[in-house]
Amino acid sequence: MLARVEIVAILGSLSLLAIVIELVRRRQLAEAYSLLWLLTAVALLVLSLWRELLDVLAHLVGIFYPPTALFVVGFGFVLLILLQFSVVISRLSRENKELAQQIGLLNWKLSQLRGKDVGDNIQGEK
Amino acid sequence: MVWNWDYLRGDHNSRQEPVVRTLVIIPAFNEEQSIGDVIVKVKESVPLAHIAVISDGSIDSTAQIAERMGTFVINLSYNLGIGGAVQTGYIFAHEMGYDIVARLDGDGQHDPAQLASLIRPVASGEADVVIGSRYVSGQGYQASLSRAIGIKLFATLVSLITGQRFTDTTSGFHAANRAAACFLAQHLPTDYPEIEGLVLLCKAGFRVREVPVTMRPRQAGESSITPFRAAYYVFKVLLAILIGLLRRVPARNEVDVGAR
Repeated sequence: MLARVEIVAILGSLSLLAIVIELVRRRQLAEAYSLLWLLTAVALLVLSLWRELLDVLAHLVGIFYPPTALFVVGFGFVLLILLQFSVVISRLSRENKELAQQIGLLNWKLSQLRGKDVGDNIQGEK
Repeated sequence: MVWNWDYLRGDHNSRQEPVVRTLVIIPAFNEEQSIGDVIVKVKESVPLAHIAVISDGSIDSTAQIAERMGTFVINLSYNLGIGGAVQTGYIFAHEMGYDIVARLDGDGQHDPAQLASLIRPVASGEADVVIGSRYVSGQGYQASLSRAIGIKLFATLVSLITGQRFTDTTSGFHAANRAAACFLAQHLPTDYPEIEGLVLLCKAGFRVREVPVTMRPRQAGESSITPFRAAYYVFKVLLAILIGLLRRVPARNEVDVGAR
């Protein structure tokens, strides 16, 4: 007989796994960013199903109530995912800056080639 | 103002072109009150130089005024902040093949009449980068006490790191030769371009020199700095400099000086 907490943990991690796979299948989540999510879901699922492993893990880090170890593991993965987001956002803002710079420079070159001012049109569109 | 494309191809026979091709870049974010005056004074001070105004997502008539006054105008579609705007100027200078790049702010706090004293040591080859410092002589507009403390703190820190005495590390009044401008086009930090850029330049082996200038309070518009932001700024810059120390700095000879 499974304890209620185990059933909740299994259903929870199964749902997470299903949602992530479905999002990737619909191409709403890029494979590159789904990896950490899949790892999170699988780790939680394994620990929910395999009670002995969870007990050993909890004992190793000194947690008295083993299901709490699930939260610790989940929290660790969430931190990793957030860190990945920060890295990706930093890269995106750098690339975004470079794009804005190149567009500005290209607009200038275009206006020079046309012999008239393209910059005014851009300002006017705002 | 129309760009002479022969200039780009390296055909400098045209008599109008200055021997040393100099570009003055003016980053400006909504500076319609002061930009005209700054441009007029730059033209008086260095008549042979070209001027490029980088309008950093301005929504007032900064770009139109600069355009009408015959400068090159580069419009950034949205506000990138001072680092991104200045870097655009360096990229422009690099692509167009200028020998010397000077930089001053569009808000009128830097006196264009002093551009020549910044450019001279670069032109003569005495320095790769010259920075206008308001603390070498201690004359003219001085910052408020709290700001002065922050500036002193940065100056001490940067002097310790670089092993060279600097007094005004937040000055945005610069002149750079071709190699340094190329380096900055590629490596100018976006967040705190003056201080971090200075540390980078020194660590990369460029010869940086300070010359005394007098600065004026900004002529128009709002400064973006409040006391709380200033304290936050000091903290962030310290963090950026200290982490920057752990980073490998590209040496000056790694810089590709050729056209991009």
